[in-house]
Order: sequence, then structure tokens, then C-alpha cells
Amino acid sequence: MDILKFITAGSVDDGKSTLIGRLLYDSEAILLDQLEALHASNRKNDDGSIDLAILTDGLKAEREQGITIDVAYKYFETDKRKFIIADAPGHIQYTRNMVTGASNAALAIILIDARKGVVEQTTRHSFLVSLLQIPQVVVAVNKMDMVDYSEDVFKQIIADFKKLAAKVNLDNVTYIPVSALKGDNIVYPSSKMSWYLGDSLLQHLENVEITIDDSSAHARLPVQWVVRPQTDALHDYRGYAGRVSSGSFKVNDKVTVLPSGFSSTISKIEVYDKQPEEALAGMSVTVHLQDNIDISRGDIIVNSAGQPQLSNVIEADLCWMDTRPLDTSLTYLVQHNTKTIRCKIQEIIYKVNINTLEKDFDEEFKLNDIGRIVIKTAEPLAFDPYQVNKANGGAIIIDSRTNVTVGALMLRQSVE
Amino acid sequence: MSKYRLDYLDELEAEAIYILREVAGQFEKPALLFSGGKDSITLVHLALKAFRPGKFPFPLVHIDTGHNFEETITYRDEMVARIGEKLIIGHVQDTIDEGKVIEQKGKNASRNPLQTVTLLDTIAKHKFDACIGGARRDEEKARAKERIFSVRDEFGQWDPKRQRPELWDIYNGRIHKGENVRVFPISNWTELDVWNYIRRENIPLPTIYFAHQRDCITRNGQLMAASPFLNMDADDIVEKKNVRFRTVGDMTCTAAVESYAFEIDDIINEIASSKISERGARMDDKVSEAAMEDRKKGGYF
Ligand SMILES: Nc1nc2c(ncn2[C@@H]2O[C@H](COP(=O)(O)OP(=O)(O)OP(=O)(O)O)[C@@H](O)[C@H]2O)c(=O)[nH]1
Ligand SMILES: [Mg+2]
Repeated sequence: MDILKFITAGSVDDGKSTLIGRLLYDSEAILLDQLEALHASNRKNDDGSIDLAILTDGLKAEREQGITIDVAYKYFETDKRKFIIADAPGHIQYTRNMVTGASNAALAIILIDARKGVVEQTTRHSFLVSLLQIPQVVVAVNKMDMVDYSEDVFKQIIADFKKLAAKVNLDNVTYIPVSALKGDNIVYPSSKMSWYLGDSLLQHLENVEITIDDSSAHARLPVQWVVRPQTDALHDYRGYAGRVSSGSFKVNDKVTVLPSGFSSTISKIEVYDKQPEEALAGMSVTVHLQDNIDISRGDIIVNSAGQPQLSNVIEADLCWMDTRPLDTSLTYLVQHNTKTIRCKIQEIIYKVNINTLEKDFDEEFKLNDIGRIVIKTAEPLAFDPYQVNKANGGAIIIDSRTNVTVGALMLRQSVE
Repeated sequence: MSKYRLDYLDELEAEAIYILREVAGQFEKPALLFSGGKDSITLVHLALKAFRPGKFPFPLVHIDTGHNFEETITYRDEMVARIGEKLIIGHVQDTIDEGKVIEQKGKNASRNPLQTVTLLDTIAKHKFDACIGGARRDEEKARAKERIFSVRDEFGQWDPKRQRPELWDIYNGRIHKGENVRVFPISNWTELDVWNYIRRENIPLPTIYFAHQRDCITRNGQLMAASPFLNMDADDIVEKKNVRFRTVGDMTCTAAVESYAFEIDDIINEIASSKISERGARMDDKVSEAAMEDRKKGGYF
């Protein structure tokens, strides 16, 4: 069985948390004591029925205000698949929390309130979903109960969203009309919308295909830790521990260590007491090389036949996540894989105006702003374009005064 | 591109090992908090996979309330001897003797809330900058919101409204002096995942997890093990029951469930068909809707 990680997105109050609550409730994934707590809670819907949103709105402040502040992770499974849900906040103020959840998602459900259609936050979140390269997208047109389950309304929203999707480069979009509150097309097909012939949301989630990049050309192993027992019996033992971030390695593969550029051959792959012939994307392994070369945390082992770019001046997309604006005169830290080094944002190329999706040129980079920049790093980074290889193309910016993560970088290309 | 995917247990395992190695790589003085429960036992197993044939780059730390199940302590000591790693114990009794906390009184008295102070003292004494714990997001709704690297201030407090963004698999463990990070490598595991993993890996467990006969009393609708640590009075009727524990903490706050699950397969069946959550058996979560959130804000694990 595999795991599908997905996120909810969309504007505040479009019904994301209710939808997740409904999905769990109708799949009978809610246990009795949790149900009891739901019934006992004093946050109820207007008609007195239980408010399913509080299943994920786990913080006191969230329940008091009736909004989601930070991502909640929920877990459930059906016969077909295991699911890890990240229920994100819609409020613009908490965009960084949405980005947190979205960064690991293989699928995004973008909710749209049927009465309101595509609004600014729909655009922002769709843009982020595209920027973060979430491979699958579902647009759930919610609150269909409030528009008489009208097919025309649904069609109009599809038409509007298609225009947006074209502008932000989203493909693989599936549209589903739902009512999270009433349960239409969430787990069970709706009897109120016989005009809709597609899958319910759960059916879609169960069957959607997810692929991984396991080509050896993209074999990447960021070194996290060097295992050196230094006992007499294991005097010469030297293993490089890390998780294969993409592609795959085999014993006898020719590999190169970056940034140093030394080459060697994989002599052994270990996973604790086993010695597999192959290390696949996602596996945490310890590899041994034929030659004794200097390798430490922060280095990356790659397939010699398919090397990443190596550069210290890189063009990247940036999503700013701090209340203090980006300061181009300041030295920040960049963390890419297992390496953390100093950097500067050398140039702001443009910012994206979320309303028009046009480029802005002379503005400050503030909280929630998204745009393109050039970063200069103290040492070269061995990266792949995020578009081609997510796992080796993402990085974060840290403000060394506060130690807080202030920016998400999607690296694009060397500009040397 | 291919459709090949790791099996879910392999994926969860690989993620947890990755997180443990990040801790080793990023911190000066990490520690692994070992409670004797199945989740921290799983963590120790994962640490073996992450660091063997080398040594753990951290000691195990047990915050001992003094009101533990005997089986937990026996297991702890046997395990530490078997794997040959260092164990540090912080005693709640010491914190009481130092006058920093006062033992609770009355029927529902428990040392569970007191252990936060002992934990913070132990962290300060050894200058730990990261503490690895076995908490899972599926346990409780406040935990469902917590980052994998969860930064705590000087007072150990969690501020749920100011969590750092945490992107992809990049964990930012940078902190100021005095702060520390709580790290949760099995955040994404469910209770059933842990059990399936324990079965697959053949990990030995303390005997209290399996059905056995025990003297119990019923308190607030829950079965509690009769013990000298539980304040009992004349109304409390002691009965022999066939029970096991789903979660193991302090004896005064961990309730038993009636069970005839003697083998791990029985336990997995029982949990898979259970209609009550694991935390439903914890008195400490029943206090209010925000009990866990409030404890975490106060420095609790
Ligand atoms: N009529 C109707 N109301 C709904 C539906 N789905 C959600 N709602 C209501 O819309 C309101 C907001 O729902 P939430 O689920 O909290 O919205 P959200 O998208 O999670 O909001 P944030 O997380 O704060 O962005 C609540 O009052 C819900 O009961 C629906 O399908 N039909
Ligand atoms: Mg919500």
C-alpha cells in the first residue's frame, strides 16, 4: 500500500476544514471518544448539527475564531491507500503555514465557494500550488447546496478557473462539485447532482496516479552523517548516511561528490543489517565508496553521468514568509539539503502582483510576496532546477538574527 | 518516471531515520527522550537503523515519575544493557525534594503534570539543545498542528501561533542559547503503523502491552491499575481483570483496557477494530478540550 499526501487550499471560509471533517466522518475514520468531544463542543452549525471543522481546528484560538491558523495533519486509510492530509489555513496572514503543508503534498484540493467563485486567495493559492509543483490538482466547488446544486454555476466556475490555470501553468486539474456540509460527492456520489458523472472526491483520491522520478540520471544523495564506529573491529569502516532524494543508485555505479568533484564507485549499500543492491528514491541508506575521499555533511553524492548544476549565483523563485521585508543589504543563511551557508539576495528581478498576475518591478519584498530573485551564496550549491527535480531544487532562507525561516526558494538556474 | 513507490512502512521508516540523522548533524547536544512506551521503543529501534554500527550520537533520557509500572523499568534497564547506550534519568522525586513542585493531593492525584519541571531541569542541567520524542500527530488535535522540529523558548514553551515554516524535508534547527528544539521523527505515524512496524521488525515490548491479569479499580468510567501510587479509599472496589495497556505513562494517569489480546496479531486486530482512540485512555487529556495544548504551552512534551 502507498501513501498519498494531499493539502487543502483556497480562501478563508470556503470550507476546507469542513471538507476534511466530512471526508473523515463519512469514511468512518472518527473514533467514538473524538465524536463525543465533537458533540460536546459548543461550536455548532447554525442548524445545531455538529461542526466538522473542529476535527482539524485543534487550537483554542482556532475554535474561538472559527478559522484555521496553522496546518493540521490528519491520517486515515481505505482499502486502497493511506492518506496524510494537511488541512491548511485560507487566511492570507497564514500563507506561510499553507506553504509549509503544500511543500510536501502530491495533490492539492483547491476549494472554491460556489457563491463567490474565484477570488484573490484562490489565485494566490493556485499560483503557489503551481510554483511548488504539486503534480495533481482537484478543484472542489463547495457549498453547492447554497446554489441549488446548479450545473450552470459549476460550469461557470470551471470556465473561470481554466483561465486562471492557463495563466499560472496548472495542468492535471480535476473539477468536482461538492457540499462539504451536506456530504455531496465527498465520499458518496451526490443524489442532488445527477448531472455530474465523475468520481466523488474520495474515489478520485484513491485512484489518482502518483509517479516518482527513479531514473539513475537524477540520483542524488545528500550526506547527512558519516558513520565511523572507530572500534578495533571496524577500524576502516566509513559509511555515508543519507536519504536518496531522487533517482536511484546501484552498487558499482560511478558517482561524483559535490562540491569537491571527486569521483569514485559505490562499493556497498547498507540499510542496517541488510545490503540491498539498489538504493531507491526515498530510502535512508548508508553507502560505501571504493576510494577514500574526504566527504562530510553538506556534500552530495550524485551519479557521475547526470550531474546537477554547481553555482553560487542562482536565479530562483522566492516566497517571502516573514513580517520583516527582504533586505538586499543583509547577509542571510541558505539551507539547501544538508548544507547551510551564508547568502545575499543580490537582485530582485520582479514581484508578482497576485491580483493581476502581472510583474511588479520596483517594490519591496514583503510578507507573502512571491517573485523572482538572484541569490549569491558563499559557496557553490549543487542543485537541480526545481521544475525538473523538486527534491534537489528547494531551499530555505533563514534570518540569522532571529533564526526563523523567512523564505522558500525554488532554484531555477545558474546565472554565471 | 515510474509508478514504483516504497511500501508505506518503508516510507515512514526512511523518513524517521532521515530526521534522526538531521538531529545528529545539526545539534551539539541532543538527547532521545525515552519513556518506556512503545513509541519511544520504536524510536530506539529507528536510531539503531540510523547509526549502527556506530554509537548513538545522543544519550537516552528517562524522566522517571517514580510511579512507573515495574515492567517499564525492567524493560528499560534490560534494553539499555542490550544496546549498550548511555541512559540519563531525571527523577520527579528530586524535583519534589528540592521544593520546586508540590505533590498533588486527593483522589485524582498524579505526578504526570509535575514531570514537565523535571524535564526542563534535566534539559538545563545537561544543556540539551534538542530532545527527540515519540509523539505522533494522530494522537491528539494540538499535536496534529506541531512541526517536526518544534522550537521551544527558554521556558520550554510551545507557541502554536508562531511556529516556523517547515518546508519540504528541510528542517531548520537553528536556535538561540537557552532555547531548544523538540523533534518528532514519527510525527506521521499512526498508532496502527507503530504496531505494524513493531510486528514487522520483531521489536520486543514490555509485557504490560499484552493482556494479563491485574488488580484494577474503576475511576471516572476507566479501569486503573490498583497501586500504592493511586490514592484509594473505601468506595474503590478492587477487581481482578484481564487487561492490557494501549499507552504507557505514569501509573496514575494511564488507564487499562479489558483485553484478551495475548499476541501482537491480536493487538493489531483489536486496534484496527477499536472505536476509541488511544488517548481516550489517558486521564490527563480528559480535563478540558485544550488540555494537551495548554500542557505543551507550559513546556510539556
Ligand atoms: N452551506 C454550506 N456551508 C458550508 C459548506 N462547507 C463549509 N461550510 C460552512 O462554511 C464555514 C467555514 O467553513 P470552514 O470549514 O471552517 O472553512 P475553511 O475553509 O476551513 O476556513 P479557514 O481554514 O479559516 O480558511 C462554516 O460555517 C461551515 O459550516 C457547505 O458545503 N455548505
Ligand atoms: Mg479551516
